[in-house]
Amino acid sequence: MVGLIGRLWNLQYKSIVKEASGKTLAVAKFFCVLHITNTYLCTFALAYGPSMIPTFNLTGDMFLAERLSIKFGKVGPGDIVLLRSPESPRKVMVKRLLGLESHSVTYVVDPMNSDRCDTIVVPKGHVWVEGDNIYNSRDSRQFGPVPYSLLEGKVFCKIWPPKEFGSLMKSGMKDPDL
Amino acid sequence: MSPTFNPRARNFTDDYVLVEKFCLKKYEFSHGDVVVFCSPSNHKEKHIKRIIALPGDWIGTTHNSHDDVLKVPKGHCWVEGDNSASSMDSRSFGPIPLGLVKGRVTHVVWPPQRIGLVERVFPQERVSSFK
Repeated sequence: MVGLIGRLWNLQYKSIVKEASGKTLAVAKFFCVLHITNTYLCTFALAYGPSMIPTFNLTGDMFLAERLSIKFGKVGPGDIVLLRSPESPRKVMVKRLLGLESHSVTYVVDPMNSDRCDTIVVPKGHVWVEGDNIYNSRDSRQFGPVPYSLLEGKVFCKIWPPKEFGSLMKSGMKDPDL
Repeated sequence: MSPTFNPRARNFTDDYVLVEKFCLKKYEFSHGDVVVFCSPSNHKEKHIKRIIALPGDWIGTTHNSHDDVLKVPKGHCWVEGDNSASSMDSRSFGPIPLGLVKGRVTHVVWPPQRIGLVERVFPQERVSSFK
């Protein structure tokens, strides 16, 4: 009699354990896929700050960035990129790529105080990034060209706020003749 | 990085090392850490060198046979190979952003006779940090 109850209990216990481990494995698999996607394919990020006005708002816009273009070198001038800051490695910033290696970039050194321009040739393995709002942006004009390996992703789509949802234009510059 | 890694050229096997990535959560390194980083001139290459100076340190270098003292900028570090005679490091490409570091080398795991901890050593007489 005791043996029978013992065997029944074993049977129930086994099926509970089997179901629990099955569900845990499924959840673990899901998180693995999520992590791989986030690290190697596509991630979303929230950007705040004035340096990319008018493309991104001061208070914070959410957007999607994909990582494959960076790995395969398919970024070019005019793309908005995610990059790790060369001044604080724990910070990731959003800026517009303006020049690849060996490109000649002309930039306004200090637009608040003067119109003086400077031209620089981007060294090998580096890129030149600037914020769309050059009046209030800390970018390559202050810390110089950044090594290509600091790039983390290419922004392709804005997802928040909902009324600004959509893919981002390659170049945020408006036509000055219009 | 001879003799820390690959002490004899044209050996049967290269040294294999263990690289830990937990240090990338805070990017806090110490003087003498051996790190793996992406080359600043070619994003497809990775190098292994030792961190000699951290952000804010003053490092003594020799530039065109003059002795020079440089301040390592914020967010950057100065890396050098242990084999200074033949090493492409910060003495040629300058300080590198810490964001380029991809891991810290802790142990040599192969070949078996060289298994062991990678020591933290650096030339203290060339670096001064005022903190």
